[in-house]
Amino acid sequence: MNSKYRALSRTRSALVLLVAVAAIAGCSKKHASSSSSAPPLSGPTPTAQLTATPSSITAGDQVVLSWRTTDATSISIDGIGDVPSSGVRTVTPTTSTSYHLVARGDGGSADATARVTVNSAQMAVAVPQDSSASNMTADEQFKANVQDIFFDYDSYDVRPENQAALSKAAAYLATNTNIHVLIGGYCDERGSNEYNLTLGQSRANSVKQALVQAGIAADRLRVVSYGKEKPFCTESTEECWQQNRRAGFTIDR
Amino acid sequence: MIAFLRKLPRSLPWLLSLVTLVAISPTLRAQDWIRTGSNLTEQRIRIAAADFKPVGSDPQTPSLKSTFDATLYNDLTNAGIFDMVSKSMIPAVTPGSPQEISLPQWAADPANASFVAFGALSSTNGRLSVYGWVLDAKNPGSPQILGKQYNETANQDNARLIAHRFADEIIAKLGGGLNGIAETKLFFASSRTGSKEIWVMDYDGQNQHIVTKQGSISLSPRISPDNSRLAFSSLGKEGWTIRMFSMDLGRPVSFPAGIAGGSNLSPAWSGDGTKIAFSSSRSGDPEIWVCDSNGGNLRKLTSFRGPDVSPTWNPKTNSQIAWVSGRTGLPQIYTMDTDGANVQRLTDGGYAISPSWSPNGQFLAFSWNRKYGPGAPGGQDIYVMDIASKRWLQLTHDAGSNDFPSWSPDGRHLVFERAVGGHTEIWTMLADGTEQHQLTHSGKNFMPNWSWK
Repeated sequence: MNSKYRALSRTRSALVLLVAVAAIAGCSKKHASSSSSAPPLSGPTPTAQLTATPSSITAGDQVVLSWRTTDATSISIDGIGDVPSSGVRTVTPTTSTSYHLVARGDGGSADATARVTVNSAQMAVAVPQDSSASNMTADEQFKANVQDIFFDYDSYDVRPENQAALSKAAAYLATNTNIHVLIGGYCDERGSNEYNLTLGQSRANSVKQALVQAGIAADRLRVVSYGKEKPFCTESTEECWQQNRRAGFTIDR
Repeated sequence: MIAFLRKLPRSLPWLLSLVTLVAISPTLRAQDWIRTGSNLTEQRIRIAAADFKPVGSDPQTPSLKSTFDATLYNDLTNAGIFDMVSKSMIPAVTPGSPQEISLPQWAADPANASFVAFGALSSTNGRLSVYGWVLDAKNPGSPQILGKQYNETANQDNARLIAHRFADEIIAKLGGGLNGIAETKLFFASSRTGSKEIWVMDYDGQNQHIVTKQGSISLSPRISPDNSRLAFSSLGKEGWTIRMFSMDLGRPVSFPAGIAGGSNLSPAWSGDGTKIAFSSSRSGDPEIWVCDSNGGNLRKLTSFRGPDVSPTWNPKTNSQIAWVSGRTGLPQIYTMDTDGANVQRLTDGGYAISPSWSPNGQFLAFSWNRKYGPGAPGGQDIYVMDIASKRWLQLTHDAGSNDFPSWSPDGRHLVFERAVGGHTEIWTMLADGTEQHQLTHSGKNFMPNWSWK
């Protein structure tokens, strides 16, 4: 009886303690939320993603910065200033630059960096513009005019800023009617081999469709998905992932 | 206040146990349904596997015996239904026949075995001969459960093979009639020769060898239910095609339905072996297609913008297919009837891929990154979902990026790929996520597929 009573009383004291703990917790929470001097971190932590495409250029060339954030209330890029929560901006850096994005929100902050390497324009200047075109091999001309198209993660929609590159490619193919093109669809390393092969297929299909709409005959355009089987680079960084999320072109011989 | 403080130390254990109870009980409940559904009994059978008695003086015998003993012990340990008597608690005797065993010695502490597996092994004139028994240690009046005899050419492979066969007999006898998996095979893709080819190995990682020699990229191996044909996807001049390799003939055989424009990917056999589902973009968008196993009766099941890939049949009914679709954005797991009707979405978000339907039709195993998004690479882990209730259980935690689960035929095990720091290797585990073992160690090995028998 005595021991039973003791057990009971122990249970009771545990309950009392629980209630007390709950009460204290409730109290302190209320106190903290009413205090304006030290606002708590509430809400989800922001995320930030910034890419520069291409990541290596010759001085004078343009670079497309594209960024996405979530759960952020204020976003800025060093040297550019405040920007919307996601967007695209064309920049023309004259020296190698690291673009740094900071996203701040109720749940903290996140940042992302994209580096652009700017190579000296000396070599390009050394060769006169007009003769360079005629001296270029067919492959070089093709590469200069039909350039890779990059995609957002898990997306196969052609970005608006890629329309110019697609128009240039279509114009080149319209005047070089003997060239057939192999469009390869590529993905970053994340996700399954199988799903990425269908995603790469859809990316290549999207680009083919855009070229067909620009007047290129469909039978000149062949599509192959490489998924994540033939990556351009293998680092687990957003910069590398962006390089791999693309449709690439080669002359189909 | 003073009284309150004085009571604190005595109350602490109570509080702790309360907190522990609250924290643990949902996990226990969650694992209960997966154990019941996958025949991993809560009560494991206590069994002792004695080292076999060497008979004769053939110089080959000791090494064959050590391979046999290790393989048998390993197979019973891996089965997932036994509580193995550890080697250190086993009586230091090697009975070679029922006449030579003293059961009370095994039934008593510390072995405390309910069953004893033992026997004799000899190699004579190039033949390996094994006698194996299982006795019920708690029923000395009529103890015999199993008595088996094996005879094969004497070599290491056959020492393993006989151990696998004897283990499977024991598992079938004591494990509720379900056949063991010790004789099953794992097919997988590997880049160890430079090109990505399909390889095969025993269920325990032994005996690895190459199957295809396409010299290109070959992926998604799927063995037919009767082990006669291997379907896979390969990159060639025509793009991605579904290929067939005859395991009986040891060479590729034609499968015209798998060759058409666009990418043809991720073949999947129906449980009765009569049909194949796969993803094809021959009509433009990647969709799920189905045909007979000889390529006839080809038809398209899905029609929705976005990738559709990685089908898996309900092997119990053969009337449903689960697959991955990106129709709403990030890939999710769906099920449909085999006529394309009754489409249901199973996952509620994140990035869900690579479903495998359990042999009893109850579960889907798949890979899921529940927090996929920019700036949040997150963990890609193996999950199992009870299809009827949509309850799920996470099986892998904080260990690399996990993908391509495939069920063992007894439904108690899963094989999967795990990438850690750029190294992708094949692993197995029990269906409740415990007892994870790495099977491959060199090169990139991925996309495993467990044979049906």
